[in-house]
Amino acid sequence: MKTQNIMIVGVGGQGTLLASKLLGKILLKKGYDVKVSEVHGMSQRGGSVVTYVRYGEKVYSPVIDKGEADIILSFEMLEAARWIEYLAKDGRVITNTQQTNPMPVITGATEYPEGLAEKIKSLGIKADCFDALTPAVEAGSSKAVNLVLLGKLSNYFDFSEEDWMQAIEESVPPKFLEINKKAFSAGKNA
Amino acid sequence: MKQLMLGNEAFARGLYEAGCSFVSSYPGTPSTEITEFSAKYKEIYAEWAPNEKVAMESAFGASLAGYRSFCGMKHVGLNVAADPLFTISYTGVNAGMVIAVADDPGMHSSQNEQDSRHYAIAAKIPMLEPSDSAEALKFAKLAYEISEKYDTPVIIKMCTRVAHSQSIIETNERSEVPVKKYEKTPQKYIMMPAYAKARHPVVEARTAALTELAEVSDLNRIDEGIDKSVGIITSSTSYQYVKEVCADKYPVLKLGLINPLPVKKIKDFAAGVGKVIVVEELDDIIETHCKKIGVNATGKELFGYIGEFSQNLIAEKLGFETGEFSTLDVNIPARPPVMCAGCPHRGLFYTLRKNKLNVIGDIGCYTLGAVAPLSAVDTTICMGASVSGLHGFNKISGEEHEAKTVAVIGDSTFMHSGVTGLINIAYNESASTVIILDNSITGMTGHQQNPTTGYNLKGDPCTKINLESLCKSIGIKRVRVVDPYNLQECDTVIKEELAANEPSVIISRRPCALLKYVKHPGPIKADPDKCIGCKSCMRIGCPAISIVDGKAVIDATLCTGCKICSQLCAKDALG
Repeated sequence: MKTQNIMIVGVGGQGTLLASKLLGKILLKKGYDVKVSEVHGMSQRGGSVVTYVRYGEKVYSPVIDKGEADIILSFEMLEAARWIEYLAKDGRVITNTQQTNPMPVITGATEYPEGLAEKIKSLGIKADCFDALTPAVEAGSSKAVNLVLLGKLSNYFDFSEEDWMQAIEESVPPKFLEINKKAFSAGKNA
Repeated sequence: MKQLMLGNEAFARGLYEAGCSFVSSYPGTPSTEITEFSAKYKEIYAEWAPNEKVAMESAFGASLAGYRSFCGMKHVGLNVAADPLFTISYTGVNAGMVIAVADDPGMHSSQNEQDSRHYAIAAKIPMLEPSDSAEALKFAKLAYEISEKYDTPVIIKMCTRVAHSQSIIETNERSEVPVKKYEKTPQKYIMMPAYAKARHPVVEARTAALTELAEVSDLNRIDEGIDKSVGIITSSTSYQYVKEVCADKYPVLKLGLINPLPVKKIKDFAAGVGKVIVVEELDDIIETHCKKIGVNATGKELFGYIGEFSQNLIAEKLGFETGEFSTLDVNIPARPPVMCAGCPHRGLFYTLRKNKLNVIGDIGCYTLGAVAPLSAVDTTICMGASVSGLHGFNKISGEEHEAKTVAVIGDSTFMHSGVTGLINIAYNESASTVIILDNSITGMTGHQQNPTTGYNLKGDPCTKINLESLCKSIGIKRVRVVDPYNLQECDTVIKEELAANEPSVIISRRPCALLKYVKHPGPIKADPDKCIGCKSCMRIGCPAISIVDGKAVIDATLCTGCKICSQLCAKDALG
């Protein structure tokens, strides 16, 4: 099989690493060769962050390049737009429509671009743009946005609900388990 | 059992399986997790040293005592540890000693993109270069065998993509290695001229022997290819990009032992292919070696010396197709890293900016004080350079600058190499004002303990170095402590200390807002009736504040309630 490429993008501190950890775990269990590449350090401090998840029979490069991503899972609208060139021609964007202003917007040096979801769709890109924050808050925590998005992403995989739930159980602390499971289900049905 | 493991964690697993029992390091992205994961094994004694030089010398001491040892650092850390490195090359080791150095091509989290392979060549020390997690584990174990067989420290060179990528590994049991007996051997371990002269030929003979290893070891292996018109020589993460693009089209000589490089193996490989192309990030080490031994290789004229490579770059230069993509015709604002909401550094930097001071900066989260709107830092070079740089700046220019220039340095960086600069200020008497930003943790690299925090790497309570006492004992008479959340206090104290005609230290003390034990009062509210939209609160660059429809709005998910913004609001709208 051709190596599959999933990019998880967002803002430092949004919990993108948990999403890639969970995905890596489930793909490994399914017998794929997997590589997951993360960014640590300086760029974590509220900056733009990206994680690459690649799987297939044999994966070489740990990163995804322009025109290669089968799916971009984005935690924030502007970040979906920032990385759009990484999407393969027939790829899909799944994005939270939540907006987090970057510092140049906060200081008034520039403006947050409007209508990004429509502009992405107008390029003929398959895009699921939805509010992931509300279902996360309803599930019990604004921090569960990552599980809402993962739930949505799960619709594009052949894995059973049980596979996902098991990976969630192995990846999150017991006291947050219920919130996370609820958020995952909400995302799956969003 | 197969596991998905970070390169650095796999490296630590390799140390464990190899029977390593002593680890001493200083944190630095992307090397930090090797040491953090080592500390999770109860069989390994692991510690944070105050700097890389101390770490390497401690690891050497442990090796001398007969225990397999390790020290890890980022590329610029090896500059600090270069002094022991060059001479440990001469002494060799007793038990095996392994050094990790993690380069950062593309500068994800660094101040330069130096190529550490030069150190292996210059210090005449073998260097291994893994290309994924499985190799990081395997090479760590192999490095101890090489270290003990050839009587040499061994460097393993990581890079960001190998250190911070997860790939599949399989674990094994730890091998219990017997402790080697320590025997006094002055000719081997005392490097004064008479003995050192006798050791240099030993080093040269060792390099010759290691070159033989490079010829026969499967560390340097050939992946066969169908089309022999091109042969590629590569290593590290570049190997992965090459294979991603070419699969088994061209033969590939993959180098795992990067110093010393083989001669015959490269010549034989070149003889069996048409054109030789070298794919290596940063400098032209392999390419230059090829040319030196008479192999006509191409590399840097295709790929250049700058930044990280990628599969698209390799594809483009080798004539393969790359994926098509769509481009969005929108100006996407940059999202640079920022100081966190509630960061104690913010209040201090605001005060420095407000007083229009020259600020000699240092390495840490607080380098972000250079970014708009705080824009409060004039220069940043390397660990500790703020304190010594300030001394030179003030000493030569005197009154012209003394009263309006400060150094800023974090607690961990001060312990690393700021204290020696402060000794210089005391000893050579410049009327300098040094501000220690004491947030009680090593922040930027992800919360590591240091000598001022009172806890060690394993999390146990330990001796806490008292900054006030330390500065006073050096001879600094004026030592003040301020709370960076209190803007008035910061302003008053900074003005007083700048006015003083003698050295002074201001300790700006408040723990990092992200530390788990720190309890925050919780988000404040902006009162839209009181807010007049003057944007005074926007001058501190807090990510929790924005202006919506002309009024300040607080993001309650980010705001910690530090109330620095409240102190800037003349209308009492933030509280």
